Amino acid sequence: MHPAYSVILFTTASGAGYGLLVWLGVLSAFGVLPADRWLGFTGLAISLGLITVGLLASTFHLGHPERAWRAFSQWRSSWLSREGVAAVATYVPAGLLGIGWVFLERTDGVFALMGLLAAALALVTVYCTGMIYASLRTIRQWNQPLVPWIYIALALATGGLLMLALMYLFGTTRPWFSILTAALVGVALFLKQRYWATIDSEKKTWTIGDATGLGKHGQVRVLDFPHTQANFVMREMGFAVARNHAEKLRGYVRLLAFLVPGALCLITLAPSALLGTLAALLAVVAAGVGVAMERWLFFAEAEHVSMLYYGRPAA
Amino acid sequence: MTCLPTHTERKLGLVIDLDTCVGCHGCATSCKEWNTGGYSAPLSDTDPYGADPDGAWLNRIHGYEVGDGADSRTVHFPRSCLHCETPDCVTVCPTGASFKRAEDGIVLVDPDLCIGCKLCSWACAYGAREYDPSHGVMKKCTLCVDRIYNEHLAPEDRVPACVRACPTGARHFGDLGDPDSDVSKLVAERGGFDLLGAFGYKPVNKYLPPRERRDARTVATDKTPQKQKIAAPTTAIESLFSWVDRALSR
Repeated sequence: MHPAYSVILFTTASGAGYGLLVWLGVLSAFGVLPADRWLGFTGLAISLGLITVGLLASTFHLGHPERAWRAFSQWRSSWLSREGVAAVATYVPAGLLGIGWVFLERTDGVFALMGLLAAALALVTVYCTGMIYASLRTIRQWNQPLVPWIYIALALATGGLLMLALMYLFGTTRPWFSILTAALVGVALFLKQRYWATIDSEKKTWTIGDATGLGKHGQVRVLDFPHTQANFVMREMGFAVARNHAEKLRGYVRLLAFLVPGALCLITLAPSALLGTLAALLAVVAAGVGVAMERWLFFAEAEHVSMLYYGRPAA
Repeated sequence: MTCLPTHTERKLGLVIDLDTCVGCHGCATSCKEWNTGGYSAPLSDTDPYGADPDGAWLNRIHGYEVGDGADSRTVHFPRSCLHCETPDCVTVCPTGASFKRAEDGIVLVDPDLCIGCKLCSWACAYGAREYDPSHGVMKKCTLCVDRIYNEHLAPEDRVPACVRACPTGARHFGDLGDPDSDVSKLVAERGGFDLLGAFGYKPVNKYLPPRERRDARTVATDKTPQKQKIAAPTTAIESLFSWVDRALSR
């Protein structure tokens, strides 16, 4: 599948934004984070800023962005519509949490409830994002039960790294949160490794013979494409990253999205606050680049069944 | 509404005969001509006469070679929306632009509701939906919904443009939900099949397989004498006779 840069930006940015919102909501509700106006403002501004930038970016690839509001209507059948509904709904408790935290300096009572509700809706939104891909039976590499859970794990991990950096910047560090974030990065890596192992070992189900129905008459080979130039379907679905490049890129993803941020999380446990802050900030940058690469690869490694008509032997 | 109808009164669709299709692309050209002024007009092209022409087409004709050696054959393969009974292209649509009609089973995109997110094209297993960047919406076969019920047209023209155009009668249109219809009988008689049947979208359109070659064994051992080769003409009169011979042999 052709990697759409707006979609990569959207899922990376808003994934981290929703992850951060989960941690802000949960940690403030349980009193781990102080009801400090500036921490609340900075945290929610970064979180909702990333979410909003992501949502706006996701409309860039639309043919008619001005009609985007129509996408809230078909939640009964469409995961994309459900994602839109959940994304917008999340703003309501997040905004109410913001009012309590920033203006009233309170994160208890009803505001704690809003924090937990915002966290829950953020998770639902990320799950919907994952299901947009996981529900497509036409793309074997996406139609995997692990896919939405990887989206959630990466959102919690990248959001956790942002939360950790904020904790260091505001001097409200908790050693256990460094360990928890490192553990989340580890869980995300484990799921991603499982995912790669699955898509590599799974047998391809469909052949050019099934697609054309001509398989019983013998080997099917492409003689002529319908037109001399590539068309929309070939450009959109035909993108495939070469096997050796994929292996190399997976290595970079392992390093930047998982191993480096995970190690930096543990470095934040060092007694120096300056070192801790630098490590936490560096972890955010590495994970941002790493997850964007992971998303690019998620598209580039995906093979669409319709490409069988254009000569791909199996999908 | 992007939920699928539980039942459609009719299942209008095409039956495409892979035995008689000669790959002339007449159906695709006729489709393009009708639909660039039809239900979801325009069907835009960019750089149509330039070095890198591009455009949305609702019907594309592939050429395949099937089998090996003396038994191999060329199969021309028109491919368009199959108006599936349970397609995901409809249910994934976030706006309700993509829908399947309960009355006749035709799958359509409402060009006034489509936001151009392209998700439906990702959900189609057959690559049948094509995005029109100039119009910003998704295009697909309409089964010429603006022809088949059009009382302003002569009765023989109330069929999809591709069916009307086909010079070899390789395309048939009718109700595949009615077992007594001509198309259903044709499918039963010729062993019509689904594309990617096991995939589960339940396509309505059917394809008829190429017939067995009657001379499959004789072609490989063709011993008929070759036509005698005549030496190149050397005089003017020989050239004239040679020209007459060529002209008459045409």
